[in-house]
Amino acid sequence: MPTYVDPNACNACQGEHQGPLCVYICPNDLMVLDQDINKGFNQEPEMCSECYACVKLCPTEAIHVRGYADFIPMGAEVQPHRTEDGLRWDVRFRDGRTFEFTYPSRTKPVGSVVLYEGFTEHRQTDLDNQSLAGDSLWLGVDRLPTPN
Amino acid sequence: MTLPSTETIDCDILIIGGGMSGCGAAFESKYWSGDLKVVLVEKAAIERSGATGEGLSAINCYMGQRYGWNTPEDFVHYVVNDMMGLAREDLVYDVGRHVDNSVHLLEEWGLPIWKKDNGDYERVGRWQIPIHGESIKPIAAEPARKAIGAENIFERVSITHLLTDADDPQKIAGAVGFAVRENKFYVFRAKAVIITCGGASNVFRPRSVGEGLGRTWYSVFATGAAYGLMIPIGTEMTQMEHRFVPTRFKDGYGPVGMWFQYFHAQVLNSKGEDYTVTRADELKKYEPYGSAVPTPTPLRNHQMFMDIKDGLGPMYMRTDVAMQKIADGDPAKMDKVRDEAWEDFLDMTIAQALTWASQNIAPEDTPSEVVLAEPYIMGSHSGEAGAWVSGPEDIATGEYFWGYNRMTTIQGLFAAGDGVGAAPHKFSSGSFTEGRIAAKSAVNYVADNPNAPTVSDANVRGIQETIWAPLETFDKHKGASSAEEINPNYMTPKQGLVRLQKIMDEYGGGASTWYTTNEPTLERGIELMGMFREDLAHLGARNRHELMRCWELIHRTWVGEAHLRHLLYRKETRWPGYYYRSDYPDLDDANWRVFVNSKFDAASNTWSLLTRPYKNIITSI
Repeated sequence: MPTYVDPNACNACQGEHQGPLCVYICPNDLMVLDQDINKGFNQEPEMCSECYACVKLCPTEAIHVRGYADFIPMGAEVQPHRTEDGLRWDVRFRDGRTFEFTYPSRTKPVGSVVLYEGFTEHRQTDLDNQSLAGDSLWLGVDRLPTPN
Repeated sequence: MTLPSTETIDCDILIIGGGMSGCGAAFESKYWSGDLKVVLVEKAAIERSGATGEGLSAINCYMGQRYGWNTPEDFVHYVVNDMMGLAREDLVYDVGRHVDNSVHLLEEWGLPIWKKDNGDYERVGRWQIPIHGESIKPIAAEPARKAIGAENIFERVSITHLLTDADDPQKIAGAVGFAVRENKFYVFRAKAVIITCGGASNVFRPRSVGEGLGRTWYSVFATGAAYGLMIPIGTEMTQMEHRFVPTRFKDGYGPVGMWFQYFHAQVLNSKGEDYTVTRADELKKYEPYGSAVPTPTPLRNHQMFMDIKDGLGPMYMRTDVAMQKIADGDPAKMDKVRDEAWEDFLDMTIAQALTWASQNIAPEDTPSEVVLAEPYIMGSHSGEAGAWVSGPEDIATGEYFWGYNRMTTIQGLFAAGDGVGAAPHKFSSGSFTEGRIAAKSAVNYVADNPNAPTVSDANVRGIQETIWAPLETFDKHKGASSAEEINPNYMTPKQGLVRLQKIMDEYGGGASTWYTTNEPTLERGIELMGMFREDLAHLGARNRHELMRCWELIHRTWVGEAHLRHLLYRKETRWPGYYYRSDYPDLDDANWRVFVNSKFDAASNTWSLLTRPYKNIITSI
C-alpha cells in the first residue's frame, strides 16, 4: 500500500539511537509511528514511490511492499535482505516462481571517506581559476580542457 | 495568529537541497572556504533524499577523457543535437570538462563501477557506465556530511521562501521554512544561497492516479522547489516550456537505456514493425537535428508516438529476442544477462521488478510493454528548465556572463542541477559536478561580498504568517462541515494537486490530450490557473505533514504556470514527441532558435517573457 509493516515483526526500533529508522529515512515523510500500538505505518501510500529506502534499512525486516493497486496483480513479492557489502533480493512471481539476485552496494565500509586526501589545488591561488578540488589527482588528464 | 518559535541561523553560504547537486556543493565549498560557515538544509535525510535516493544502475554522464573516449566538445555536440538545437554550450562544456573528476571520486568513496578484464570501466553507451549503484546516494552524502559537519546539516526542514535583502531586492539574503517534525520556524540568513533542489513531477496528471500517483518516473518528492523558490522573487528563468517525456517500461517506469544500448533490444509494434525503420522519413522534417546520430530523444519519441496514435500498439520491448541472442544457448551466459537485466531495475526502479514479478514476466521469455509517460519539468537528465545563469569566465561572454559562474540574475543566488536551465544531460554525476562548480563560485562571491545581508524582521514575520496560514484556515473553519474533506472554506493539498494536474493535462498538452495544445487552449488554461492560484490562499492543513504538502503544491503551481506561459510564447513545435503546438506544428529555426526566458514581478503580479540569443561557442550546429 505500497509499503506496509508487519506488526508482529516491528519493534519500533528499540535501541536505535536515531529512533525508528523508517521514520528517519523516508524521503517523503510517509513512515510514522502509530503511538497507540507503537508500530510504524505508511501514512500516505499514494505518495510512496516504492523506493524501498525504509525496507532496506529496517533492522527486523518488518517492512514489505504490496505493489500499487492500480496496476500490480496480487501475489508477487520483491524483498531485499542485507548482506555484508550489498543486498540479496528474493523475487517471487505471482505464479510462484522464485529468483534470487545478489549485488554489491559499496566497495568500502560506511564512514571510511577521507576528505581531500592528496589534493594539491591551492586554496588561495587556485580559487580564481576554473579548477575544482582534486582535479590534479582525479580528473584523469593532465590539464583541465578549455575550448579550442 | 499564534506562531511557533523561530530559530535563526547566520551563515556565509546556504545550500538548499541535499540531493546530488547539494552534496557536491557541500563537499566542494568546504575545500575552498576555510573558515566560512556553510549550511545545508534538506526536507528529508540526505542519505536517501533526492532523485538518486533509490539508487542508480548507471552513471549517464561520463566523458572517459583518460581513456580518450570523448572530449567535452564531443559532449556539447551530442547535447545540442539531442535538445534539437537549444542548450547553453558554455554550461554544458563546463560540466563535461569537470565531470570525470566527480565520477572517479565517487569510485574512490566506495561506488562499485563495472570493470572490463583490463580494469577499464565497462560502457553501456557513449556516455554511460554501468554501476552497482544501489547506494550511490549514501556514498555521495558521506563526504558532504563530513565536509561541512553534521551540525550544519538541517534535515526535515521544508524551505518555502527565499529572502531578498531589505536594502536591495535584487540581492539574496537567505531563506525561510519550517521544521516538519517540530513546531518551529527556521530563518537562514546567508551571504550566498545555492539552489540545489529538484525539478517537478506530478505537475501533469500521471497515468496512474490511485496509489500509483507515487510511481511517477521522476521522484514523487521532486516538487519543483528549485523553480517555486526562485520564480516568486523575480529570478530570470529560461526554457520553462521544455519538458521531458520519458519512454519507459509501462507502469513501473523502469529504465530502457540499457535495453537499447547494451542488450540491443528492439521495440516493435503489434504488427511487428520497428518505428525507427517505418518512420525514418519523418526525421527529414526536423533537419539538421533529424539526421543527427543518435536520433534526438524527442524525435525517437515522436516516431513511436505516431505508431501509438495510429492504433498500432501495444509497443513491446523484445527483451526475449535480445536475451536469447546474447545467451546463444549457453545457460551460463543466460544467467549473466538475467542477473544484469534484473539489477537494472533492482538498483534504481524496484517497482518495475515488482511489475515483472506480478505479471509473471521473465524477460528472457516474455517481452515487456513500453509507453510514453506523462511530462516532467526538470533541469537535469533530459530536461532543460531552470534559472538563467552566468557561465564560466573563460568561456562565456556577453549576455552569458555576469561575474560568477552559475549565479542567477539575483546577486548571490546560485543554482545547480535541476535549478540551472539550458544545461541538460547532467544526470547524477553532472549534477554533483555542477553543485561543486556553483559552490566554488559562491565562495568567490562571498570573498568579494563579505557583508552580512540586511533582513527585515517584519518581512520575515509576514512570510511566516503566510507559511502557517493553511493550519489556521483548517482550524478556523473545520466546524463548518461534519466531514473534514468537504468544506466550502478550504481545499486540501491533495484536492489542489488533482486540480492542478487536471488543468495541466487538459490545457498544457498532457498525456490524455496526446501532448497537444494550441494558443486558445493555453490561454484558457492560464485563465483557470489564475483562479486556482487565488484559491491556494484557501488551502487547509490538518498537521505539519499536510502543511508541507501545501507548500509543495504551491511550488508545483509556479512550475505549471511558468510552463503554460512559456508554451504560449514559443510559437513553434521544437520538440515533437515531448509536445505539439497544433497551431504551429513545425520546427522554426529561423525565428525560434533562441532561449525563451521569463521573469515574474511580484509587485504587479505579472510575468514578462523575452528571448535570449543562441551563441555557437563550441559547435557550429
